[in-house]
Amino acid sequence: MVAAAIALQPEEIPAQNASRIQAAHVRHGFDAPGGERLEVLEDVSLDIAPGEFVALLGPSGCGKSTLLRLVAGLEAADSGALTQDGALITRPDPSRIVVFQDPTLFPWRTVWDNVALGLEAQGILKQGKSRVDEALKKVGLDGFARSYPHQLSGGMAQRAALARALVNNPKLLILDEPLGKLDSLTRLEMQGELLSLWQRNGFSVLLVTHDIEEALFLAQRVIIFSPRPARIVSEIFVDRPYPRHRGDAALANLRHEVLNQLGLGKSW
Amino acid sequence: MTAAATLLRPAEAFPQAAAAPPARVAPAATAPPVKIFRFYWFGLAAVAAWALLGAVTLLFPDKPAGFVEEWPYTREFGLGALALAALWLAATVAASFRGLGKRAEFVTDLYRYSVPWLVVLGLGFTLWETLTAKTGELEPPFFAPPSSIIDAYAQHYALLADSAFNSLKLLAKGIFWGAAAGFAIGVAIGWSKRANYWIHPILRLLGPLPPTALLPIAFFFFPTSHAASVFLIALATGFPVAILTWSGVAGVNKAYYDVARTLGASEWFLIFRVAVPAALPQVFVGLFMGLGGSFVVLIVAEMMGVKSGLGWYLDWAKGYADYVNMYGALIVMTIIFSSLISLLFAVRDRVLVWQKGTVKW
Repeated sequence: MVAAAIALQPEEIPAQNASRIQAAHVRHGFDAPGGERLEVLEDVSLDIAPGEFVALLGPSGCGKSTLLRLVAGLEAADSGALTQDGALITRPDPSRIVVFQDPTLFPWRTVWDNVALGLEAQGILKQGKSRVDEALKKVGLDGFARSYPHQLSGGMAQRAALARALVNNPKLLILDEPLGKLDSLTRLEMQGELLSLWQRNGFSVLLVTHDIEEALFLAQRVIIFSPRPARIVSEIFVDRPYPRHRGDAALANLRHEVLNQLGLGKSW
Repeated sequence: MTAAATLLRPAEAFPQAAAAPPARVAPAATAPPVKIFRFYWFGLAAVAAWALLGAVTLLFPDKPAGFVEEWPYTREFGLGALALAALWLAATVAASFRGLGKRAEFVTDLYRYSVPWLVVLGLGFTLWETLTAKTGELEPPFFAPPSSIIDAYAQHYALLADSAFNSLKLLAKGIFWGAAAGFAIGVAIGWSKRANYWIHPILRLLGPLPPTALLPIAFFFFPTSHAASVFLIALATGFPVAILTWSGVAGVNKAYYDVARTLGASEWFLIFRVAVPAALPQVFVGLFMGLGGSFVVLIVAEMMGVKSGLGWYLDWAKGYADYVNMYGALIVMTIIFSSLISLLFAVRDRVLVWQKGTVKW
């Protein structure tokens, strides 16, 4: 009854719910064991419009995840500038939440307490308890609030991680291969859920994936990276309306094009 | 359903309203409880073993050994064994029934589980009583029959209780300070590079030193032997707690910190809501090891300088070559120390309820 009542309310998508993210000539590297600097990102520039769903595709180890860490503010770039709505990104902030490949739920907390983590860390849990319940409901885990993470399946754990992100009303959702470790059926199901969450909440999304089909099915724009050190090779606009269909011939053509860009065109 | 049940209650409160009773659910829906009798033959083994112990104790005369004509409390011991045999018989009969209800079945299941041990204990006590009191094969004063330990308790229970209490007091103080300091130091060196720079070398150098080696010096430096013992027990507890807390904090999955930081966590939150809970399983391993070390220091310190406690009691009984008393004190010690470890594991099971597949103590 309660669930139905909530579902009936039309969910507005306020424009201030999304951020514009810009990266200008970002370079970054790591200190290799030999003492040399290993260049990972070489002059990357990109612009994510508020509410846009952008996917990053590229060979593994090319530096996609590094870019995500920079956008999240977990590390500072060697040079270049990253901004959120015009302000420099200098440190992590709950308006830009990362969902990692591993759910990384805290095993000592129940699902509810895991989802409440952000509000607790920001000291606003007392006022926000209903937001935790709502977030759990959004991902369909309201029946598992008191379970511990080891009692969840892989898909449920990743849903809990999504709820932990959503409860903060992020303006940018940063997804680092969030479905990479799920079995293929659960993955297809969760792709649909991700889309509907994005459509209902209106945040911007930056998704890293190595699954071409996933990128084309979800994103409005797919950015293709070169092997390390990463540069942007090309951008593909996926100009298809939602809901999309996996059998769409236009998506298949785009897939062919992406494979060409990645140097795998011969396998078509 | 619940609403209907509540609505029925006013009708019961007013008898006149109950004149037209609401339609009741047919009682046939509830099946009578199933009672099955199947005699639990193996239970008789425990009865037999303890009856044998009682019979041997009561029927055969003690062999006079030196100044002992007859060991005290032989009669009480024998009668006690017979009483227990009777209790096991009752339990055997009870365990033969099924469907006695949950609580009764908990007891009978416990009995079934214990029977093999009860058999071994009954036979073991019989052998012990036979070899000491009845045949004198194992000679006093180094060996004493089980019944004589009752005598030791009857004579010295006040002193023994006082000693146990003093030991526990000393131990509690030492463990509290040791665990607190060890935990704080472990978190500090696990988290802060500077704390690690200064404290780690000291820990590395002094940690492996047995605290008992410091006993003579500590007795000299501290105002009382009690204070010195608290310090040394704290040292024995604190070292493993510090090392394992440190390793727990240092070994926390770095992704947890990334997650917490993107969610807006402060440094305080990262330490006390991420690092510390993640390190708790290791902290409990440290406490387990620390507890073991603290027992050693406690007993040695009491034997060497403190004028009370179970260690002192052992030393005092040794002065009189009173081995029976020593056995009595050892049993008390065993029970206390084992209970403390059990308590630690019970606390751990509560605190770490989120862990799966932990070892049961």
